Amino acid sequence: MSGAAQVTKRAKYKISVKDPGTPGALRMNDQKLMFMPDNRNSGAKLVVEFKSIQGHKYTKEGSNKPPLINLANAQGGSYIFEFDSYADLHVCRDFVSKVLEKSKETPNAALEKSAVKLPDEQLSEEEMQLRIKLLQENSELQKLHRQFVGGNILTEAEFWAARKLLDIDPSKKSKQRVGFKSAMISDIRPATDGRTNKVTFSLTPEIILQIFAEKPAVHRAFLNFVPNKMTEMEFWTKYCRAEYLSRTKNYHAVVAEAAEDEELAVFLKEDDILANEVRKKIRRVDPTLDMEADEGDDYTHLPDHGIFRDGTKESNELQSEHYRRTLLQDLNRHAAVVLEGRTIDVEREDSTRALAEALARSKRGNEGADNNANEERLDRTPRVAEIEDLQAPHCLPLAPLSIKDAREYFDSQQANTLKASRDSQASMKCSLSRQEAYGSVRDAISEIKDMGLSDPIVNPEVALKVYSGLTHNISSIKYHLGKNPRETVLDRLPSATKEKLLYHWMSIQELLKHFWSSYPITTPYLYSKVNRLKDALSNIYPQLEEMKESLPADLRHQVSLLVRPMQQALDAAIQHYDADLQKRSAKSGEKPNGYI
Amino acid sequence: MASAPSKLYSDDVSLVVVLLDTNPFFWSSSSLSFSQFLTHVLAFLNAILTLNQLNQVVVIATGYNSCDYVYDSSSTGNQSVGNGRMPSLCATLLQNLEEFMNKDEQLGKQEPEGRIACSLLSGSLSMALCYIQRVFRSGLLHPQPRILCLQGSPDGPEQYVAIMNAIFSAQRSMVPIDSCYLGAQNSAFLQQASYITGGVHHKPQQLDGLFQYLLTIFGTDLHSRNFLQLPKPVGVDFRASCFCHKNTIDMGYICSVCLSIYCKHLKKCSTCGSVFGQAQTQSDEPSATNRKRKTTDA
Repeated sequence: MSGAAQVTKRAKYKISVKDPGTPGALRMNDQKLMFMPDNRNSGAKLVVEFKSIQGHKYTKEGSNKPPLINLANAQGGSYIFEFDSYADLHVCRDFVSKVLEKSKETPNAALEKSAVKLPDEQLSEEEMQLRIKLLQENSELQKLHRQFVGGNILTEAEFWAARKLLDIDPSKKSKQRVGFKSAMISDIRPATDGRTNKVTFSLTPEIILQIFAEKPAVHRAFLNFVPNKMTEMEFWTKYCRAEYLSRTKNYHAVVAEAAEDEELAVFLKEDDILANEVRKKIRRVDPTLDMEADEGDDYTHLPDHGIFRDGTKESNELQSEHYRRTLLQDLNRHAAVVLEGRTIDVEREDSTRALAEALARSKRGNEGADNNANEERLDRTPRVAEIEDLQAPHCLPLAPLSIKDAREYFDSQQANTLKASRDSQASMKCSLSRQEAYGSVRDAISEIKDMGLSDPIVNPEVALKVYSGLTHNISSIKYHLGKNPRETVLDRLPSATKEKLLYHWMSIQELLKHFWSSYPITTPYLYSKVNRLKDALSNIYPQLEEMKESLPADLRHQVSLLVRPMQQALDAAIQHYDADLQKRSAKSGEKPNGYI
Repeated sequence: MASAPSKLYSDDVSLVVVLLDTNPFFWSSSSLSFSQFLTHVLAFLNAILTLNQLNQVVVIATGYNSCDYVYDSSSTGNQSVGNGRMPSLCATLLQNLEEFMNKDEQLGKQEPEGRIACSLLSGSLSMALCYIQRVFRSGLLHPQPRILCLQGSPDGPEQYVAIMNAIFSAQRSMVPIDSCYLGAQNSAFLQQASYITGGVHHKPQQLDGLFQYLLTIFGTDLHSRNFLQLPKPVGVDFRASCFCHKNTIDMGYICSVCLSIYCKHLKKCSTCGSVFGQAQTQSDEPSATNRKRKTTDA
């Protein structure tokens, strides 16, 4: 932010516009403004926080009014100051608007702006904006960020390292190149000056690029002639002369001039490069192209086939087509060039020569790609020639794949901790050999075949026991977990506890993520990072205990079940840390040079 | 009468595809004998067919070396075989089952080593899903399909990927997978299958009352489940098992190509064969730099 942090000016404080005002000094800084009257005893001293200022109004320079600024506060009152000159007024006004703008942002954003940017990190502007946006949108992320980065447990770089923002931002637009205009600007028209009988052609680099793209013979001529045979100016003069001549209907003059001037002839005769290209294209026609005509193809009902080029009629008195260009040829060529797209930027090329060379380079590059495209086309032909009617219908009922939020798995962890303690590793081994096993199964089948199904299938007492067991099970689950099959233990807790639990869970996950990714420790930086994380992890234990204590007794058991897997995860991490530390100190005992 | 068929296909018509575990190594060492098990299951299948005239039942046997269809209630080739002592469903099924076991025995030649071998659950799940797809494509009028998995063998970690794929495709086609686990431990695969697809998982406490469990929990059709309370597991074991030692692990290493899970660092993934990059070891490099520093100082 440029500008002074503080402004002091002489001003008169007025209660209303008509008030003559108390002279004094007005001082403004970031937080507040102070007015000190000259006469200490008048009691008009004023200190106002900028927070309470809603808006400001001021008189315009050039009006006959004195320079006034009117600051409106939240309660509806206003403070009016009259300055000695308009210059003073402008300075104060700018300062006030700056301060008001800044205070309009939330304090969080201000904190984040300062927190997110680091002096030693090469951050692009976009990356910073993305981070700020993400922090503002996701309040959980904001809390985590504030806790860890603000508490100096993780650095900015580490926090964002796992969250690559620039790659995933969908709103990032790649810079699109503007294509060629559809208007035929290569069809240059001169400005005629009736008095001096001069015609002036103006050529911009854009027009030159289009001329080169549409007329490869001219392009080639440019590359050959300039700067060897003639200067650029001369080249373009000749070109414009050729254009002018061909537009006049004086065909004989055209032929005459062409005969005289070789170079001019180049511009007038048929473009042989183009002719070659067209012949190649005819051979490469794609049979799989869908030629279905629709309304957009109907140009026959538009005047002049939709294009207005020249009001005059073209006459057909010529025998030789040599120096003749028809409207259709030009039109088709222009359309083909526009659809091909633009490959070079006009602004980047300084001179026309550079432009021409860049265009030549890009054309050569495209040739290789064409051959591949040809082969691809041949492969594609049999595949594409399907008959639609014979295809099977594709509509089947589908459910979208849903990837669940990781927090849904949180409450199932408690079951795992119970199971893990009860899991016995005794698996029953099969003592029979293969043959025996199969044999016994076969015997069982033949037994049933002979005997039939047993009667009764199930012993009635057993059935009753099963049934009541199930009912009891279902009703107890219903009592503990709620009617909704998707409702979980978490929902039965008061929402404040639930929030705290989930918050602890999230922060533990975050810390553990960074913790485990730092192993194996190879640099001193990682070593200090691990130490910081370990301290943070050990601090969580008392927090969990405290939360448990604060709950009423009936919920305490449930919450401790939920908390147990978190504690287990923390224990595992700290155990690993201690083991690693021991290993290191054992190793460093061997090395005398104090390797950490 | 064009509307009559649609009236017959009411909401509670179901197609139940039963995956029967016929792993001989499991059954020979289980507390429930195979013949008792079959009795319960056959009665249950009969019960399903009596609930609604249009119900269909398909039974797929999950063997040790192969899987195959052993019964389809909608096929017309169900002749009454045997001595009339049991319904034709049972007779046909048992006949086919016997033939299947013979074939299965012929296919495998090795003895299982030590622990109970696992059956090919992924194979039979895939077959069930293919059958159900065919039913979907047969038109708009079809029964509501679901899969019932009667499994006793433990989970085979080598089938993890295939089973997860089958589970996700069942989820996508909205086919619930119910599972009834008869073995000693817990089956993480079946728990996850039922959780993800919206089916019911249950591990019966009393195996001799299996028929009662089946009828109470797994006999209801999908429409009626909206108004019934079925047992819900307290928690689902979402932990994966490592592929090298088959232990359930919370933290481990994962191959970024095929997502197989290992509990220790490996040089090469054993499932897909991709070679992992080298992690920096802590002993070699710094000591080398230390040495270098020493020589430049000296």
